[in-house]
Amino acid sequence: MEAIVQIAQIQGFTAIALGLIIGLGALGACIGIGVMGSKFLEAAARQPELVPLLQGRMFLLAGLIDAAFLIGVALAMYFAVANPLLSALTAK
Amino acid sequence: MASEPQGGLTEYISHHLKHLTPHTSPEGFWAVHVDSVTVSLALGVLFCLWFWAKARKATAGVPGKGQAFVEIVLEFVDGQVKDVFHGDRRVLGPLALTVFVWVFLMNAMDLLPVDLLPWITEKFGIGHFRAVPTADINMTFAMSLTVLLLIIFYSFKAKGFGGYMHEMFTAPFGKHPLLWIPNFALNLVELLSKPVSLAMRLFGNMYAGELVFMLIAGLFTAGSWALYGMGIIGYTVWGIFHILIISIQAFIFMVLTVVYISMAHDHH
Repeated sequence: MEAIVQIAQIQGFTAIALGLIIGLGALGACIGIGVMGSKFLEAAARQPELVPLLQGRMFLLAGLIDAAFLIGVALAMYFAVANPLLSALTAK
Repeated sequence: MASEPQGGLTEYISHHLKHLTPHTSPEGFWAVHVDSVTVSLALGVLFCLWFWAKARKATAGVPGKGQAFVEIVLEFVDGQVKDVFHGDRRVLGPLALTVFVWVFLMNAMDLLPVDLLPWITEKFGIGHFRAVPTADINMTFAMSLTVLLLIIFYSFKAKGFGGYMHEMFTAPFGKHPLLWIPNFALNLVELLSKPVSLAMRLFGNMYAGELVFMLIAGLFTAGSWALYGMGIIGYTVWGIFHILIISIQAFIFMVLTVVYISMAHDHH
């Protein structure tokens, strides 16, 4: 019984942590992409001849902004499917 | 593989996250991941042979489709290098081309169905096989540490030993002897953060992508037709989105390699 309570506790805390990791990461990445995209469109509207130059850099920055979020997602997925904190308990 | 939905999915995914290691290799840090090494080497050889064959048969006249494709890739990469690095491109150009196409090909292994290669190798009695070398942190760190070595090499080459050491100890703050240690510490952090961020970015993206593919693939065995249909739709949508991710990550790895190495050429 004691063990079940502990397992449930770890699972509950892990679920909250996963939500925080993915949610806050997505929030930051989306704000970043949004700010950059709007600036890109503004710049493209002002100077359409610069679009090919800016487009490459925009995609580069989009990847850079997305990277931290996706690393967070990878970590969260890892915790979701193979929780090392849980297996430390169940190994005992 | 997974018969029941919940416990089976966890087992299915953790089965798919195991690398193929020979029985003789040690566990843990020193384990040799045969699957990553094999797939990456095969793709590297494929890339070299493919571009070499097209370059051998290149004509100055009307190019065929294959030659045109190779030329487009080459000119795209060369243009990117030209934008960043103003100097002799005889080493950096081919390096950038290799990095770009090789990383792209390794990332593109993500687009194969997650069970295809493991299913084929299972016929030959090999249980674990991970098809995406860049979703293996050893691969990405191997590449980024090579980039670190190149950065150090080109720093020495461009500035000489004395010049580089002078820069390492005096660069951000100034020449005062009291500032040597903080200067050096900052430069060391700057130098070491480059390969770590390079490797973690690629690894994180590919690992997350692979895991999402596996989670979607778990729907196929969930046992209901509605979930099966959702699985097909989800797999397609994520696959199409992933084409963008793999290209961008290969592009970023290439551009940052070029940027880092051209930064090594700059004098302060």
